[in-house]
Amino acid sequence: MTMSLGPYASFIVTSYAAAALVVVILIGWVMLDYRSQTQRLRELEERGITRRSGRNATELR
Amino acid sequence: MSLIDLANPTRFLALTARVLPWLAATTVILLTIGLYQSAYAPDDYQQGATVKIMFIHVPNAWLSMFVWGVMSIASLGTLVWRHPLADVAAKAAAPIGAAFTFLALLTGSLWGRPMWGTYWEWDARLTSVLILFLMYLGLMALWRAVDDPARAARAAAVLTLVGAINLPIIKFSVDWWNTLHQPASVMRVGGSTLDKSFLIPLLVMAIAFTLLFVTLHLAAMRNEILRRRVRSLQMMQASQKAA
Repeated sequence: MTMSLGPYASFIVTSYAAAALVVVILIGWVMLDYRSQTQRLRELEERGITRRSGRNATELR
Repeated sequence: MSLIDLANPTRFLALTARVLPWLAATTVILLTIGLYQSAYAPDDYQQGATVKIMFIHVPNAWLSMFVWGVMSIASLGTLVWRHPLADVAAKAAAPIGAAFTFLALLTGSLWGRPMWGTYWEWDARLTSVLILFLMYLGLMALWRAVDDPARAARAAAVLTLVGAINLPIIKFSVDWWNTLHQPASVMRVGGSTLDKSFLIPLLVMAIAFTLLFVTLHLAAMRNEILRRRVRSLQMMQASQKAA
């Protein structure tokens, strides 16, 4: 089975590449944001600032 | 666990920690199958190989409206039921919806150039989707402009519900006005007009992208809950210093 993209291959490839890039950016944004928030929570807790419930703020399970 | 338990952010975090790996794995599998089927779908007799752009354009176009629909339900949750996770859900969905809408516009434009002879036409469908994209950006700006999440949530909820008027306009624009954009061919009365060789990869890609949205949305909601915990701890720290 072969795949031929014809005379408009550049339009097709650009569409798929753009979609892949945007999805990668979204995944990266979510992962970096998670790392940033948990880091900030840890820093606050290390300074002795804890939640009123006394539970760990980064406790996710 | 009952539905009401999900109103508790800590329980939500615990549940999503278990669900997210499975959702991500299912998304990857479905995307792989969908991309394979899209790559080897036959050429259309009129569009040729450019029909392959449809397999990413249509799921993104569908999600651009679906995400605003999710945000509208969440906005009702904020204004009517005051659900503690409703505005978290709305805020977390906006950047993801904006990204999908951008992709719908971009891939549509890249399909339009070889098929219509133009990247852009100010017709009803294209213009109403562009307005949707600008509304996403406006909503994100509003969330950033107001410091207090509760105040921002109410204003954003009202704006989201007003913006929902655009959804039926987008959907029916091809019927109400004489547009360059083709009428509905998948979700229409009387069934799809697409051949199975195009319909199956399109549906697989649509389900895969929808699962991608759900996965990203739950992950972004978790981040937003953590961001609010950071904010409340910082406020606690400031009040301790002031005392």
